[in-house]
Amino acid sequence: MGKTYQRREFLAELLNFPGATILLGVVGPVKLLAAEGDSYDPTEHYYAMGIDVEKCIGCGKCVEACKLENDVPDEPFYFRTWVERYTVFTDGEVHVDSPEGGIHGFPPIASDKEVLRTFFVPKLCNHCDNPPCVQVCPVGATFKTQDGVVLVDGDYCIGCRYCIQACPYGARFLDPRTHVADKCTFCYHRITKGLLPACVEVCPTQARVFGELGDRSTPLNRMMRMSHLEVLKPHMNTEPKVFYAALDGEVR
Amino acid sequence: MDKLLAQIRGWLAALRPRRFPVQLIQLGVIFAVVVVAVFLLRKQFIPASFGELGHYRTAAVASNAALEPRYAGWQECAICHFDQVEIKNKSYHRTVSCETCHGPASGHANDPIELSPVVPEGRKPCLACHGYLASRPTGFAQIIEERHNPVRACVGCHDPHDPTPPEQPQECSACHNTIARTISISHHAPLACEVCHQVPPEHKQHPRAHLPRKPFEREFCGTCHATGATPPSELHGVDLTLYEIPRVDLSTHGGTFVCWQCHYQHAPEAR
Repeated sequence: MGKTYQRREFLAELLNFPGATILLGVVGPVKLLAAEGDSYDPTEHYYAMGIDVEKCIGCGKCVEACKLENDVPDEPFYFRTWVERYTVFTDGEVHVDSPEGGIHGFPPIASDKEVLRTFFVPKLCNHCDNPPCVQVCPVGATFKTQDGVVLVDGDYCIGCRYCIQACPYGARFLDPRTHVADKCTFCYHRITKGLLPACVEVCPTQARVFGELGDRSTPLNRMMRMSHLEVLKPHMNTEPKVFYAALDGEVR
Repeated sequence: MDKLLAQIRGWLAALRPRRFPVQLIQLGVIFAVVVVAVFLLRKQFIPASFGELGHYRTAAVASNAALEPRYAGWQECAICHFDQVEIKNKSYHRTVSCETCHGPASGHANDPIELSPVVPEGRKPCLACHGYLASRPTGFAQIIEERHNPVRACVGCHDPHDPTPPEQPQECSACHNTIARTISISHHAPLACEVCHQVPPEHKQHPRAHLPRKPFEREFCGTCHATGATPPSELHGVDLTLYEIPRVDLSTHGGTFVCWQCHYQHAPEAR
């Protein structure tokens, strides 16, 4: 007749058994090493961004962070992301302004007319699933990566500006220093290292949410599930991957 | 025998390849040259790694990913400043990242002694988010700068890492709200009520039985406003040296009147 074990005794003896200790000692770190050693695999990701218009306070921190992070020219007409202010007056007129892209915030509404509603809309490259800029590039210097980000190959771009013309969102510009096209990369150098894009990192109200499509239990997934989503210019069939919640019908 | 030989010669002649027309050979040579030229030109002009994954250089993905981040991310800050992060993550500023206010800090994270992040100063950095704008969402904490304790630094009352409004300033204004509103837009806004009024603690329970003390002589105002007076350089956290205090000669100014017969202390610049 063998000894009857209490659970506590059993576990204690199991740990005392040298083989078990060695096994735990070896398998644990090896598993950890395997997890850390895994390099970035773009086929395992598919990125997207959500923007909650009702949370944007128009502070311009995202514009500032983007310029600093990505070395975007200082002049107030080169932006990878910018914030627009929409003001709908009671007479139906819609006024859109974005002084210096909103980088220094916004002055009070200048008009004396009665305002019906007003709000901020952050904008950036929509990283379209069907990107018109990629179609028109004559040399293949702009492309969609396997993880769904539209990038520019700065070393290969010939600066012909076709892509700038083709983008329906005005998200591209010609860098005055290098004379090649430039635009938002979703901070590709950050997201591949596991960081958030700079604009998302500094957004104080979580108006910007970054994540992956199809990933469950993530902030982006939750935001997309709980919100009525829209994209900009859906009739263009560009299939943007920047999704707006609470987007007003006046936004173009 | 001869017959056999002739037949073999005939078979061999049939086996011998027929001569190609010279035009066909020339065309073949040109075709081969073109094929080789196209191959060499493609090799010369199509960059390495082009077309591996699509109509682009695969190397461009790596060069895009190779840039160094300048914003370290708040998790990086939390490694050393865990105490501040813990306070912040429980406060109204829990959604605000460290680098939203302190600027990009990758340099500081890599070299904490040489490089320091920005410490925001004055009211402007706070007003970037909390200044009133009609376009901001309803319910977001906003102030009208001119009316909300003008010239006082925000950090005097609100800890930026835990900005919950302190109870203290509301104690007097809870009842004396008219005075609180008036003084908040006056030059005397930085002065706490206690600078001029000594308030017995029982005043809150029995306001009429325990009245606060009011100044009753010209010399009290003179401690700041008389010529040659040396007011304290710092009063209740307000640096008085920042302000140009108006000075009068108490022996000639106002005759026998006391100050508050002409000047209202809670709005001294009002006429």
